[in-house]
Amino acid sequence: MAENPVLTFTDRGIFCPDGGFFIDPWRPVDHALITHGHSDHARWGHRRYLATHQALPVMRQRLGQIDAAGIAYGERLQIGGVTVSFHPAGHVPGSAQIAVERRGEVWVVSGDYKVEPDGLAEGFVPVRCHAFISECTFGLPVFRWQPQARVMEDITRWWAANAAAGKMSILGAYSFGKAQRLMAGVERIGPILTHGAVEEMTATLRAQGYPLPETVRAVAGVDGKTHPGALVIAPPAALGSAWARRFGPAEEAFASGWMAVRGIRRRRALGTGFVVSDHADWDGLNSAIRATGCERVFVTHGYTAPFRRWLAEKGYDAGIVATEYGEEAEEAAAAPVADPAAPGAEAGGAP
Amino acid sequence: MKAFAALFTALDGTTKTSAKLAALTEYFRTAPEADRIWTIALLSGRRPKRSVSATELRAWAAEAAGLPLWLFEESYAMVGDLAETIALILPPAEARVEVSLSEMIAALIALTGQPEAQRRAAILRHWGQLGATERLLFNKLITGGYRMGVSQGLMTRALAMATGVEEAVLAHRLMGDWSPQEMRFEMLVRADAGGPDSRPYPFALAAPLEEGPDSLGDPGGWRAEWKWDGIRGQLIQRAGAFALWSRGEELITDRFPEFAPLADFLPHGTVLDGEVVAWDGAWDGTSDGAAGRPLPFADLQKRIGRKTVPRKLLAEAPALMLAYDLLEEAGQDLREHPFDARRARLEALVARLPEGLPLRLSPAIAFDDWASLAATRATARERLAEGVMLKRATSPYHVGRKRGDWWKWKLDPWTVDAVMIYAQAGHGRRANLYTDFTFAVRDGNALVPFTKAYSGLTDAEFAEITRWVQKNTLERFGPVRRVPPELVFEIGFEGIQESPRHKSGIALRFPRMIRWRRDKPVDEIDTLEGLRGLLRAAQA
Repeated sequence: MAENPVLTFTDRGIFCPDGGFFIDPWRPVDHALITHGHSDHARWGHRRYLATHQALPVMRQRLGQIDAAGIAYGERLQIGGVTVSFHPAGHVPGSAQIAVERRGEVWVVSGDYKVEPDGLAEGFVPVRCHAFISECTFGLPVFRWQPQARVMEDITRWWAANAAAGKMSILGAYSFGKAQRLMAGVERIGPILTHGAVEEMTATLRAQGYPLPETVRAVAGVDGKTHPGALVIAPPAALGSAWARRFGPAEEAFASGWMAVRGIRRRRALGTGFVVSDHADWDGLNSAIRATGCERVFVTHGYTAPFRRWLAEKGYDAGIVATEYGEEAEEAAAAPVADPAAPGAEAGGAP
Repeated sequence: MKAFAALFTALDGTTKTSAKLAALTEYFRTAPEADRIWTIALLSGRRPKRSVSATELRAWAAEAAGLPLWLFEESYAMVGDLAETIALILPPAEARVEVSLSEMIAALIALTGQPEAQRRAAILRHWGQLGATERLLFNKLITGGYRMGVSQGLMTRALAMATGVEEAVLAHRLMGDWSPQEMRFEMLVRADAGGPDSRPYPFALAAPLEEGPDSLGDPGGWRAEWKWDGIRGQLIQRAGAFALWSRGEELITDRFPEFAPLADFLPHGTVLDGEVVAWDGAWDGTSDGAAGRPLPFADLQKRIGRKTVPRKLLAEAPALMLAYDLLEEAGQDLREHPFDARRARLEALVARLPEGLPLRLSPAIAFDDWASLAATRATARERLAEGVMLKRATSPYHVGRKRGDWWKWKLDPWTVDAVMIYAQAGHGRRANLYTDFTFAVRDGNALVPFTKAYSGLTDAEFAEITRWVQKNTLERFGPVRRVPPELVFEIGFEGIQESPRHKSGIALRFPRMIRWRRDKPVDEIDTLEGLRGLLRAAQA
C-alpha cells in the first residue's frame, strides 16, 4: 500500500501529514516544531510552538507572547500517528535536530548544526535515520574549520596585541550563539563589553545557567576611557558604524565561517577575520550524514547543487529542498551574495 | 617561506597604509637578501617563469584532495582565486619543512622542462610540507597575481625607509626588465650602482579632471596638449642602448622597427616621453592646417601583439612618436626642471633633427582662456584624441601620480543604452559577485551582443544585480549565466571601431557602465543601426 512520506515539502515549510505539524515553517501555521531560536527558523505568527526547554527563553524574548510548550532532549512525544523527539544539534544553546518516527521509519530534520563541541551549546548527537534533511550552508570542500581552541587562541592573541597598543578590540559576531560562544571561549585578559543586542541574549542565557563570563553592557559613557583594552562584542552590522567609533582607537574583526574566503573578507574591507562558524564544515557535514546511516538525504539551504551531486556520487539518494532558511538578517551581512547553487538551480522536490 | 608568509599575513590583515608600510619596512630590514629581491620582484608584478600550468595544478590538487574535478571547479567558482582554492581544499600538511622564499623559487624554476611525473611529485611534496598561508603563497608563485594591497609606490617607500636611499632613485632603479635572479639587493641600494643602461624613468601620471579647469586658476600658468589614444612610451638613447619602453614597463623596441633610424640621429644621453601612434599622413587637417592624425587605436593594436611586424602592416600603419617631454639631455636628468624649460629644450632638439624621422612634437595647444580651450577640446574626436592634457608650466616631471600639476581632461564618453543578457562572477575581491556583464542592442526583433563591461557600478548595485541574477538565471554555461533581457544600462565608451571578429561588427574602446537605467524599458534601448551611425560618424 502506497502511503504518505513521513515528511513532505510545502510552500509553508516541512510538513508531517500524519502528525499535522510543520517543522521550522516560514509562513504562519497551527502547529510548529522549532529546531532553534534563530529568526529564520523560529518565525513569528504560529498558533502553537514546540521546542526544547533550553530554546524557549530566547524564542520568547524574540517573539514576545507565544503559545509554546517545551520538551526535553531525548523525550519521545506522540503526535497523531508519529513519535517526535528532539536531539542536540550543537548549533547554539537549545538547538535541536527533530526526529520523526512512524512505525520504525525515522526521518530527521537537522535544522542548523555543527559537529565540534563548542563548550556552550549541547553537543551534537548523531541520530540513526532512514532519511536526513540536512543544511549545507558550507557544503563545499573549501570550508574546513580549525579546532575551536586554535581559533580562540588567535582571537586572544589579537585582543592582547590591541590592548598592548592601547586600542579596543571590536569583534563582530552574531548576537545569539556566536557572541556567547566567543565570550566563553576566549581567554579573559580584560573586560568584555557587549552591544545591547548581544547583552540581551547573554543575560537570558546566563539566567538559564549557561556558564558565561561577566560582561558590561556598552551603554553611553562606557568606552575606551572607562574600560581600556576591552573586548567589545557586537553584531556584525555595528562594525564600522558610529556606534563602534565612540570607543576611541580600536581594531575591528569579524568572526564568521565566510571569513575563510579571502575575497569575501576583502570585499568587506576587513583587515581581520576569524574563521569560526556554528555550522558544520565540509568534513562535519559528511561525517554527520555518514553517522546517521541514512539512505536518503535532502539538502536545504547552502551550496545545495554541488553538495547534492557529491552525495549522489557517493551513492546516496539525494535531493534538494528549496527552503527559506539561511536568510537571517545578521548572518546575511556576512554571507556571500552569490550562491552558485541557489535553490531551484537543480531539480529537487518532494519525495 | 615563514618570513614572507608573516609579511603577507601582516599586509593582508590590515587596510591601513601606515601598518602596511611598517610591516614592509621591517621585512626589508630583516629578511634574507635573496628573499628581499624576490619580494620586490613579486610586488612589482614579476614572477618566476611558469613551470606548471594551471590545468596541471587543478588536476593534481583535486586528486590530492580526493575530489572530483567538477567539485574542484565549483569550489573555484565560489572562491574566485585558483591559488587560494587549492590551498583551501588540500588536506593539512603532514610535516612542515621550512624553505626560504628564494630557495622555493629556485626549486620551482628548476622544474621547468622536467617530465610531468617529476613536476607533479615535486609540487605534491611541497604542498605536503607547507602551512596554510605558505601554501597559498607557494601557489601564487606559480599562478601569479599577488594582490596584497601594496602599490609599487608603497613598496618603494618602504624600501627607501629601510635602506635610506631616496625614493625617486629607487623607483628609477626598479624600472625596466631587471631579473630577480641576477639582481642583487646591494645593486639596488648602492649609490654608485648604474653605468650605461636602458632603464626608463618612472612615468609621470596625470589625474582626471572631472569638474573642468575653472578651479585651476590663471590659464596663463598652464600648458595644453592633445591627449592621444596610443601607447605611452619612453624612448631611451644612451651610449650602447637604444630602447623603447611602454608605460607597463615592457620593452617594445622590436615592435617598432621604423624607429631604428632614431638611434642614428638622436644624441646620446636622451630620454623622451611621448605617445606612440600609428599615423595617417593623408589626413588633410582642420582649420589650423595641421596635416596628419593618428589612425584608430585598433590599427596600432594589430602591431602590439607581434614580435616581428610584416612589411604590409608597416606600410598600412606606420608608427611614430609624438614627443611631449624631455627627461634627459646630454646625460643630464631634467626631471626637476620646470615643464616650460623642458618643453623648450624638446622643441630645440626636435628642430635639429632631419625631416622624415618617425618623431614629431606633440603640438602645444594655444589658448587664451578656459572657454577657448574647452572649444578646442570639443574638436578632439576629429583628431582621434581623447581630450586634452593640462600641465602646469612650472611643474617638475613627477614620479608616478602626484595630484595637482598634471591633469587629463577627457571628452565626455559616447553612450548607448543597452540590455544585459549574460552575467559572470568576478575574481578576487569580486569573487561571488556578478560583475562581468554582456550587453546587447536591438536589431529589429533580435538582440545583438556588442560589448562586455564590468565597471562603473557601486558595490551595492552589484550586490543587488547579483541577487537578481540568482533568481532569474535561465541557463548556465560554466560560470556564465544567461538572464532575461530586462536590466537596462547606459554604456559609456571612448571610441568605436569596425570589427569583423564580433557578431555586431563593431568593437568599443574602454566600455563601462555609466549608470543603471531602472527608468528605461527594454523596448527603448538603442539599436545596432544607431551604433553603426556612431561608427560612420567616427570614421568621417
